Amino acid sequence: MKIHEYQARELLAGAGIPVPASMVIESPLVAEEAFHKVTKAAGMTSDNALAVVKAQVHAGGRGKAGFVKLVRTAAEAEAAARFMLTNRMVSVQTGPEGLAVKKLLMAAGVDIDKEYYLAVTTDRASRRNVLIASREGGVEIEQVAHERPEAILKQFLHPTLGLQGFAARKIAYALGFAGKLAGQAADIMQKLARAFVEKDCTLAEINPLVLTKDGNLLAIDAKFNFDDNGLFRHADLQAYADPAEENPAEVRASAAGLSYIALDGNIGCLVNGAGLAMATMDIIKLHGGQPANFLDVGGSASEQAVTEAFRIILSDAAVKGVLVNIFGGIMRCDVIAQGIVNAAKEVGFKVPLVVRLEGTNVEAGRRLLDAARKDIPTMQTATDLTDAAKKVCAAVG
Amino acid sequence: MAVLVNAETRVICQGITGSFGAVHTRGCLHYGTRLVGGVTPGKGGTRDANGLPIFDTVDQAVKATGAEATMIFVPPAFAADAILEAADAGVRVICAITEGVPVQDMVRTRAVLDEMNQNAPVGSRRFVLIGPNCPGIITPGPKTGSGESAADPYTSIGKRGVNGGGPGGGCKIGIMPGYIHTHVSEAKTGRSVGIVSRSGTLTYEAVWQTSRLGLAQSTCIGIGGDPIRGLNHIECLELFAQDPDTHGILMIGEIGGSDEIDAAKWVAEARGSGRLTKPVAAFIAGRTAPPGKRMGHAGAIIGGADDTADAKIKALQEAGVSVALSPADMGSAMAKAMGLV
Repeated sequence: MKIHEYQARELLAGAGIPVPASMVIESPLVAEEAFHKVTKAAGMTSDNALAVVKAQVHAGGRGKAGFVKLVRTAAEAEAAARFMLTNRMVSVQTGPEGLAVKKLLMAAGVDIDKEYYLAVTTDRASRRNVLIASREGGVEIEQVAHERPEAILKQFLHPTLGLQGFAARKIAYALGFAGKLAGQAADIMQKLARAFVEKDCTLAEINPLVLTKDGNLLAIDAKFNFDDNGLFRHADLQAYADPAEENPAEVRASAAGLSYIALDGNIGCLVNGAGLAMATMDIIKLHGGQPANFLDVGGSASEQAVTEAFRIILSDAAVKGVLVNIFGGIMRCDVIAQGIVNAAKEVGFKVPLVVRLEGTNVEAGRRLLDAARKDIPTMQTATDLTDAAKKVCAAVG
Repeated sequence: MAVLVNAETRVICQGITGSFGAVHTRGCLHYGTRLVGGVTPGKGGTRDANGLPIFDTVDQAVKATGAEATMIFVPPAFAADAILEAADAGVRVICAITEGVPVQDMVRTRAVLDEMNQNAPVGSRRFVLIGPNCPGIITPGPKTGSGESAADPYTSIGKRGVNGGGPGGGCKIGIMPGYIHTHVSEAKTGRSVGIVSRSGTLTYEAVWQTSRLGLAQSTCIGIGGDPIRGLNHIECLELFAQDPDTHGILMIGEIGGSDEIDAAKWVAEARGSGRLTKPVAAFIAGRTAPPGKRMGHAGAIIGGADDTADAKIKALQEAGVSVALSPADMGSAMAKAMGLV
């Protein structure tokens, strides 16, 4: 799960990490007031007032799209807010239709001396959580890692003790901090590491952490990603979910217990098991087709869930054919077959349908499909994976 | 012969009274697994529908039955605790079927298990964790009788006896359909392959393909789709490399993590040093998966260049592994590598 920047700031502040004064606004009518409030809270006067207005969307490319603006007066703040809340944001990540912006973050500007990078993530190879730090903050960290790996510092967290004080201080000194600032930086690292573990994050990133000209450390921008498996124990994080930011079909699928990811192609897939679902996409591509989605019905889907899966696949107008590939283990082939028959009655298969069933209760499944053949005129059955892929690719042309 | 488990292995089920636990306990019994009991806190002293004794704790179950392996079906919030409870009671093969275990739980659990193994007296058997989020492990047995379930025409409960008496031959610990597997006595080629995989249904596909080509399976290990887990590919390759009755090794990987790249390095090194003399074939799922999206499995996500299917395929090919580019060719790639086609 991803969250908005303003929510990430709330989490940082909740963890005791210093962030610039800020407010969330949803209307240009309150932009002037918000500008006054945040600049005053940051100790600015009208002579040196500076704030930044940022659209709160998950998609990247905000700066280039004009949806991040520095403003020096209340009037500028109002104009920026009006622009962002009344125009759709179009960036490389949104597609040409763009997306509507509903919330803005108004944050006090900061006089930056130096920028740093801090993040905690889980390193799969070592099976440890790891703190990653760099003196080169404010830029793409992947690029730094690629060009100058020596500029990236790493410190593994102890699996039960977390980031210990000495380990954080070691990194703080290595980053070039001295005196009181080293203590502050180490404190921020420990708080970030604690938040990462406590909130079941997969990524907790501050980029940049800035040293201000008046000698304070502030987290300017942050990004948190969460482990979906850990969400059940965080009611506060569940409340952060923003369905408006998700693909509607993916939200619908998730509600039905299905794992669905929309893709660009025209062959819809319904498969049981994540590995087989990926392999099915691969074999479609191998035979010249393009998968329209990843869809794993899981191990114990009901007929209703299978029918819902077909509704979701067929609601994608790009879908010109559907491939069902089931290797029944826990999932019984007759349940899938009944789901197909139900979907045919309810939604109707106007596009070609290719079905390959194997595994538990396969005979019962095949009998159900044979009996319903006249109701599903676009259906073909396949004997194995290659046969199925060839048939569906030929059917969509 | 096989790896990790065989017909003699005494197995318990943690979460035996849950709906999944109960269904698969029955499936494993039908297969001929030597299931000796189960654990559900609060239900100790009772018996399940098959007459198996239920205990409150794993410790009690081990003391009463001598269990050496466990299959865990408890809900995700309690899975880490169940794994460590099994280890604490001395159960050496811990198979966690549960899907949806938080990653941070596994970071801690895996660290504790590693520490237990490091501190164990020299020569003692290691704790082996399989999973979580996996189909389990199976050492196929011959189809010796009419099982009660049509899907599992193996040793019936009646023949095997609830407490492990009578003939058996196989050991199924998990949720895989038993009947697609082949025992070496029933294989046309008389050759067995060891299969290790991160995916459930894709493993069934591979088993089915190898069985159709007249190959048997020595043992199939589903290591699971989570980013932090117990056994990884390399450890299974090592087990199969040493098993005299495994004649070829089929490895099924997917996008995400560096396990398959590490496995490729291991294969090249082990071949060079003579530790690996068997043919290895592989398939990597997810060549068409978009970066940054979690493809069902928590661990199946492309984060960097080494995570991609193409990077893994290239590394494996360079290490001399026969890589099937189509999932339909997993069995034939294995058979070809073994010189059987």
